[in-house]
Amino acid sequence: MSLTQEQILALAEHLENAELAPHDVKKVTDDYPDMDFHDAYAVQEAIRARKEARGTRIVGMKMGLTSRAKMQQMGVDTPVYGFLADYFERPDSGEIKVSELIHPKVEAEIAFVTKKALRGPGCHVGAVLAATDFVIPAVEIIDSRYENFRFDLVSVVADNASSSRFVTGTTMGDPAQLDLRNMGMVLEKNGQIMELGAGAAVLGHPATSIAMLANMLAERGQEIPAGSLILSGAVTAAIPVEAGDSIVMRAQGLGSVSMRFV
Amino acid sequence: MALTDQQIQHYGDELYQALRHRRTVAPLTEREADISIDDAYHISLRMLEQRLADGERVIGKKIGVTSKAVQNMLNVHQPDFGYLTDRMLFANGDEMPISEQLIAPRAEGEIAFILKKDLVGPGITHAEVLAATECVMPCFEIVDSRIRDWQIRIQDTVADNASCGLFVLGDRAISPRQLDLVTCGMVMEKNGQICATGAGAAALGSPVNCVAWLANTLGRFGIKLEAGEVILSGSLVPLQPVAAGDHVHVSVGGLGTASVRFV
Repeated sequence: MSLTQEQILALAEHLENAELAPHDVKKVTDDYPDMDFHDAYAVQEAIRARKEARGTRIVGMKMGLTSRAKMQQMGVDTPVYGFLADYFERPDSGEIKVSELIHPKVEAEIAFVTKKALRGPGCHVGAVLAATDFVIPAVEIIDSRYENFRFDLVSVVADNASSSRFVTGTTMGDPAQLDLRNMGMVLEKNGQIMELGAGAAVLGHPATSIAMLANMLAERGQEIPAGSLILSGAVTAAIPVEAGDSIVMRAQGLGSVSMRFV
Repeated sequence: MALTDQQIQHYGDELYQALRHRRTVAPLTEREADISIDDAYHISLRMLEQRLADGERVIGKKIGVTSKAVQNMLNVHQPDFGYLTDRMLFANGDEMPISEQLIAPRAEGEIAFILKKDLVGPGITHAEVLAATECVMPCFEIVDSRIRDWQIRIQDTVADNASCGLFVLGDRAISPRQLDLVTCGMVMEKNGQICATGAGAAALGSPVNCVAWLANTLGRFGIKLEAGEVILSGSLVPLQPVAAGDHVHVSVGGLGTASVRFV
């Protein structure tokens, strides 16, 4: 840790303001080059605390930078996590206002809903599948608060892993019946296929990502509570969207998810 | 101006010799500035005639250059097709001897269609393709180029039997009624490491579109897709260069797996 509690709270306010009154900011490591992961997650937790103090519910977590495509796109090699607030959600077939966002991008994901708490260290794929109530297809709308999506790992963690909005489908999948590794996902913008992939794009298997999350949280004395929604990470590269765009994501055996950007 | 019959025969024979002796030739498009795609298909037919004269038998067809990834990699922006012969088929998991049969091979994960009815284009619908399909199988197509350093334009690859090399059918065959061919995912591994993932939609939006395209394109040449034929519908992941010692494995969600070892 290199930051004082005062600096952590100030950075949390700075980054949350950039989210709430959408505007981009310089990455935080420009001013605090010695910041480490502990500082960054402390900032993220302070943002979370600010929201909870206002009555916002935290409904789950997200994993980020889990796919090779994503790591290449961002020039990094370690996953990160963030939290999901209740107001991040938009309904399937609904609208998303771009005026509330900075430079949104969408990506196809498999979301897990847990029925038991998951606690690391030592959390493994078997434990994840046993604790999973169901999976559902999801589109995550990421929106880094940093200029031009340019950041390092520490900065992105402080910025709640670029979380901003998410939409889930309504077809529930039983992980015991699904081959999540080979599940295909196709992402279309305005009727054109833009990106596609299979579950293995997420750390070899999406459940690996959830186990890794439990183990990363354990390092901070935290767990994944039962009833959490967890976005396991992008199966496809992220594609930019703007007002007027329509997005459809189709997942093998799990129907589709759609949204319009207005 | 179209190539003369003599030129077509010359290039067809040249490519056949290149195939047999594992050597490459200069791109035809370097030597014949006006070569058309029709000329190229005639050259490929000449090459095929030589293979048939040598005792090979046609067992199916392949569609190539169907995915955005492959189109970008080759800078070719339309599909093409070639012929599959009995000698090109290897068993799942087999060793493929690069030193005996291939030049600069690349592996493509695909879905193969086995037909139970003829498809005679033009005018073939997607529903007719599905109705005529006995089963689909995971497969590897090992593409290879008899053109120097893969320096191909569309006419070069068409003339060279759509850069087809060898192929392997996978471990499972299922009815297309049991699979969503658009969303089925594909995971490709080389030497135990995941190198790409994809889905059926990578091939012209759906592998079914590819087979319909082939039936309709060949229909204009008076050629049909025949009951019993194997149709390779196009790569769902980027081409993966392979060398002796490599092992490639592909899995398709809801379908099965295929693998090849190169020696």
